[in-house]
Amino acid sequence: MLTREQIAMRVARELRDGYYVNLGIGIPTLVANYIPKGMQVMLQSENGLLGMGPFPTEDEVDPDMINAGKQTVTAVTGASIFDSAQSFAMIRGGHVDLTVLGAFEVDVMGNIASWMIPGKLVKGMGGAMDLVAGAENIVVTMTHASKDGESKLLPQCTLPLTGAGCIKKVVTDLAYVEIRDGKFWLIERAPGVSVDAIAKLTAGELVVPEIVPEMEF
Amino acid sequence: MAGLDKVVTTYDQALAGLADGMTIIAGGFGLCGIPEGLIAQIKKMGVRDLTVVSNNCGVDGFGLGILLEGRQIKKMISSYVGENALFEQQLLSGELEVELTPQGTLAEKIRAGGAGIPAFFTATGYGTPIGEGKEVREFHGRQYILEESITGDFAIVKGWKADRFGNVIYRHTARNFNPLAATAGKITVVEVEEIVEPGELDMDNIHTPGIYVDRVIQGTFEKRIERRTVRQEA
Repeated sequence: MLTREQIAMRVARELRDGYYVNLGIGIPTLVANYIPKGMQVMLQSENGLLGMGPFPTEDEVDPDMINAGKQTVTAVTGASIFDSAQSFAMIRGGHVDLTVLGAFEVDVMGNIASWMIPGKLVKGMGGAMDLVAGAENIVVTMTHASKDGESKLLPQCTLPLTGAGCIKKVVTDLAYVEIRDGKFWLIERAPGVSVDAIAKLTAGELVVPEIVPEMEF
Repeated sequence: MAGLDKVVTTYDQALAGLADGMTIIAGGFGLCGIPEGLIAQIKKMGVRDLTVVSNNCGVDGFGLGILLEGRQIKKMISSYVGENALFEQQLLSGELEVELTPQGTLAEKIRAGGAGIPAFFTATGYGTPIGEGKEVREFHGRQYILEESITGDFAIVKGWKADRFGNVIYRHTARNFNPLAATAGKITVVEVEEIVEPGELDMDNIHTPGIYVDRVIQGTFEKRIERRTVRQEA
């Protein structure tokens, strides 16, 4: 099983030199720690910052400089600042090369549910609906199954959707899975995790090629 | 205040005319870039049944959260709320209504409102609960929903510097929804850290041109940090 860090490391392999990338809250944020050396990537924060840097030192803390998670941040050299409409023009207009976000469920049609559990207090979708509607290249990070062993890769999402038919890549703690033609396709498995174990925890139709390589770290 | 001079010196003047039942569009993202003194003035005025359009609703005891204490807000139009216990309590008891709106759609609704565009089509929210009941149209083989724009009776904005003519610049990510809000209020009030003379701000780098601004007031700001996150010096 992959750790949170290993999930982020696997996602980082989807980065390319020159990419503009939006990282969601949680595991996606960790991807910033694994940008390959020598690769130039600009991180977009939807509150209006392109070129997000590391957290500030105690001396650098500036209340006017935060990320979408409302944490204090810094900006890298060459960063730019803009208003929220401009920020979502970038996102909705398809200018962001890679978006990484978490989810509660995904299904074989590429639907994603990530913002609302009926019966629980709903805090809101923030920018997630815009991100999934606007991006061509989205990677979802999630655990493959709930703590009770219920699959989160489903024939059809049971929770209210964040976006319809927009997800093509999923990195879980067990596998890297692609979604196309109304099916999940098992591309890679976590070290030491068998294809059977993955298949057992994938409720939606799963296509298993003859060879499913193990991820290497 | 005469001619193009937008400066007012008291908060009573800044929000004169604000009344029960009005819609207020507020700039800010979390606690970053919020017009602290104007929010305090709304609390002091005690106006009620407000509809507040803002990405968030502050926290307990700070930001827009203080307007919940006197139950002044009837409805919030926001993308993410509930960082405060009081908000949750009033929502569950039905005293407070919330219209959750995707963040980009919210920004565009305000932008469009200020730009005189009554509605627009967006793919955001199609096929989700947000799209239910909204007109759907296909463009280039993709489905879009119709979203209506938003304008307010008042817009309350936090700027960094403004000149007397109401030209405003913002600082860092405290910009966020502020320039959008500034365009969409029937009366737009900007609270800034510093007021300068016309000509002192670089005209090539004005974020909000003075035409959108009705009143400017100089404030003092606590700038509370919601999630102070630091790294250790290497």
